[in-house]
Amino acid sequence: MLMALVFAALLAVPPGVRGDAPAPATLRLWHSYRGAERDAVERVVAEFARIHPEWPVELLAVPYEAFANKLTSAIPRGNGPDVFIAAHERLGDWVESGLIAGLPEGDPWSGFFPATVEAVTWKGRQFGYPLAFKSLALFVRDDVLGGPVPGDTDSLQAACRRMAAGRPGNFCIAWEAGSFYHHAPWVFGFGGGILDKDGKPRLDRPENAASVAFVTGLTKDGHMPQEPTSALITQLFNEGRVAMAVNGPWFLGELAPGVKYSVHPLPRVSSTGLPATPFLTVDAAMVSSKSTVPEAAGALARFLAVEGAAPRLVDARQVVALASAWDLTDVAVDPIVVQFREAAAAAIPMPNVPVMRAVWEPASQALRAALRGAAEPEAAMESAMQRIEIATRPRPAAANPLFALAGLAILGIAALVWAARRFRRDDTWSRMRASSHAYAFLAPAAVATGVLVFVPFAVGTGVAFFSHHQGEFTYVGLANFINILGSTDYAVTEPLSFWFTLGVTVMWTVVNVFMHVSIGVALALVLRRPWMKLRGVYRVLLIVPWAVPSYITALIWKGMFHKQFGAVNGLLVWLGLEPVSWFSHFWTSFAANVATNTWLGFPFMMVVTLGALQSIPGELEEAAEMDGATAVQRFFSITLPLLKPALLPAIVLGGVWTFNMFNIIFLVSGGEPGGSTEILISEAYRWAFSRQEQYGYAAAYATLIFLFLLAWSLAAGRLQRRTA
Amino acid sequence: MNRRPSWLAAVGWNLALVVACAVTLYPVLWVIKMALTPSQAFDLSPSPIPNTFSLSNFHDLVMATDMAGRWLFGHWLFNSVVVAGATTLLSLALATTAAYAFSRFVFPGRRIGMTLFLVTQMFPGVVMAIPLYLLLDAMNLLDSMVGLTLVYSTTAIPFCVWMMKGYFDTIPKDLEEAAVMDGAGRWTMFFRIILPLARPAIVVTALFSFMTAWNEFILAATFLSDETAFTLPVALQRYVGDYSTEWGHFAAGAIIVSTPVMALFFALQRHLIGGLTAGGVKG
Repeated sequence: MLMALVFAALLAVPPGVRGDAPAPATLRLWHSYRGAERDAVERVVAEFARIHPEWPVELLAVPYEAFANKLTSAIPRGNGPDVFIAAHERLGDWVESGLIAGLPEGDPWSGFFPATVEAVTWKGRQFGYPLAFKSLALFVRDDVLGGPVPGDTDSLQAACRRMAAGRPGNFCIAWEAGSFYHHAPWVFGFGGGILDKDGKPRLDRPENAASVAFVTGLTKDGHMPQEPTSALITQLFNEGRVAMAVNGPWFLGELAPGVKYSVHPLPRVSSTGLPATPFLTVDAAMVSSKSTVPEAAGALARFLAVEGAAPRLVDARQVVALASAWDLTDVAVDPIVVQFREAAAAAIPMPNVPVMRAVWEPASQALRAALRGAAEPEAAMESAMQRIEIATRPRPAAANPLFALAGLAILGIAALVWAARRFRRDDTWSRMRASSHAYAFLAPAAVATGVLVFVPFAVGTGVAFFSHHQGEFTYVGLANFINILGSTDYAVTEPLSFWFTLGVTVMWTVVNVFMHVSIGVALALVLRRPWMKLRGVYRVLLIVPWAVPSYITALIWKGMFHKQFGAVNGLLVWLGLEPVSWFSHFWTSFAANVATNTWLGFPFMMVVTLGALQSIPGELEEAAEMDGATAVQRFFSITLPLLKPALLPAIVLGGVWTFNMFNIIFLVSGGEPGGSTEILISEAYRWAFSRQEQYGYAAAYATLIFLFLLAWSLAAGRLQRRTA
Repeated sequence: MNRRPSWLAAVGWNLALVVACAVTLYPVLWVIKMALTPSQAFDLSPSPIPNTFSLSNFHDLVMATDMAGRWLFGHWLFNSVVVAGATTLLSLALATTAAYAFSRFVFPGRRIGMTLFLVTQMFPGVVMAIPLYLLLDAMNLLDSMVGLTLVYSTTAIPFCVWMMKGYFDTIPKDLEEAAVMDGAGRWTMFFRIILPLARPAIVVTALFSFMTAWNEFILAATFLSDETAFTLPVALQRYVGDYSTEWGHFAAGAIIVSTPVMALFFALQRHLIGGLTAGGVKG
């Protein structure tokens, strides 16, 4: 009854909660700005709406993580925005997939800084109005540096040597050295490059290796902290334990109040005389190609870039792309923002070609390998090249679907005939009629999952037989499966080959489920004792890991495993042991993942066991105790067998979930070292989202995951029936 | 079992649990520390004890309004409560009945049906999101709480069915046989006998389906296109940016999101313990 009421209420709610459904002329603007930037954009939009009352605007702040996906699913179906604000990186992809519209030539373009216009240009045409740009700059704590800001790498190293003589435990300079985006300035400074003149990635150049050697040198000499993550850099800089940091404008928001700093262009590389040149990322207002009010949408995008430039510059401290906005005489522009603009003068726009997105991950892996001394810079760059080539390999040839359709039809008919014969032989129909009540109990759940789980899955699996390129799918038959199972890209024993990853995944699942169940059951058994006075408190405290969103706690665990500053190594040192470089070796990295996931997963098993224990009458154990059975005997011969019916489903399901536990791998080890701790699902994600959006290939991975789990559960079920 | 253990053993067990709780809470203390620190930096210092006490992060989150001055946090909280509550009720309703059928009746398709429910848990999410989007779009449920509730329920149902079936199997059949003698129908039996006895399992599965809906954000962020229709985790996820994350806000949000779950668990745990002692089996 209550149920029906709530559901009726639910059905009635949406129209009110959804707010006023947008009238046809309403402009929809999507962005992912926060804080001051968001406020500034809202003010600009309000001003636009005041001038153009005929075009009301509705804003939506979409979480960054869902933004790109939401755009690619919503726009082609007419549910998307008319205008959206996004970084220009994916512009090429979006143009080629027909998501965004070209903009009129002429008027405002000469008013923007040329590099920002270059960033939004694709094949000679502009596809977005540049709003603002971001690039890396040198943050200096002048009080800590105690000398002139180094203008080239020689004076940088001299300054570092001078400082190292001073205070131990402090560092000279820091940046996220394991991220290729942060390393790129040095690649250019040493005269190297990323794409060749045909737009193909080429990392294996001596200059690039030299740039990597420069950074590993800084780390080896102790001038730079090890495993420098963004959180660590912020902390060191705020505490005055590092004199310089290379970071972007977003760093401003993380600096503690009262920290004195200045912003400068990156130093010149002494051996080449070239400046270290960062990438320029441009936030642009783009117009959807599916907008029903293109004229108004274009006007809004332009208004944001031109009329909106001054408020964004002054109020939100954006480094705006409109040159004339900087000529404000009546309002003072924050000097820090001016310093940012100067630091960006040499920056080059990040290439907006889709292939660039296949470079980041392998290049960053190579950097980290070189930084921890696992590979020489040259070798690291070469292995990165190999991985890039695999990610950008030519798509499989299109196949003729007729053949497969015919095969499928024959199979389908055969299955039907077989089922019909069995149906008749076993007299299934009359048995089914006799159990109509069972179906009545079952039907609602079956229909719901059928529609909302099986149908999407069938569609999703179908994609595995296609190859995806810029919004278009080509049927390629079994090519994806042949490639994966045949391990054509990597030798079977190499990390990132399907079979290696499968092995890691199986091991990951077994170890985790064992830990979850043993810890969960042990705690539940202790907590159920009636004399345990505080058990209510313990119980609530122990489910905390399950209740807190894992995104943040997983990152805290990652921090705890940091080599120089992590709590785990702190404990080891306190115990007189050597600190461990957790993410440099397969086993330690794997252990870090397992520790995090054990922490996250045991409360679930504990709660399930607590529930299941209620169906075990206490008398049984009491009787056994009277008979002189030890606690261990009682557990294995009475408690465990009685727990089995309720615990077994939890174990089977827990195993399946752990098998597909993507978050922890992604957030804690990130696959380090060199992708060896990846599991199948995280590989599938990487194929889908960071390697040229090969959805077909990713779907083939997902299908194989499914088939493997299915085979395993069928085998386990058979085994269980045989032993039972 | 019910006998009081020696004084030493009691201290020992309590000590062990205190250590377990300390290990469990140690990482969470950082979340609290970050939430109470006005800075948006990720905290890596060795001590998880907060050295400032400021509620500004909570204030920013709770007081968020949109351009039209609507109180966003109120909308988010309301949406989350409605969606998670409806998901819990719907999946419990569908799952208990299905589990009962699997546990008590023998019928053609029983085994394959159980397998099919299990199989749904093996579908990797990476292939599901876009087809689900298309499906909801076709059903015109894209921007609504009904659509979200249906998707979350079907995600949670298979687990609930399996859990409930496992628990139902442990309930002796004698009770039902006695009830049949008294002339009770199948539905009466289900509501009057089985459900009250299965309370611990219902609590576990309810908690599970509540959390499935309560913490999810990727699908919600993809399906919903109105700021006042967002759920709390979607709003929370907005503090994660491409280059930097506002950790103070995020941590405050994480605490706001997890508190109701713990409160719910605290309120429901009586039913986890009550179990059969209140039922008819023991007495």
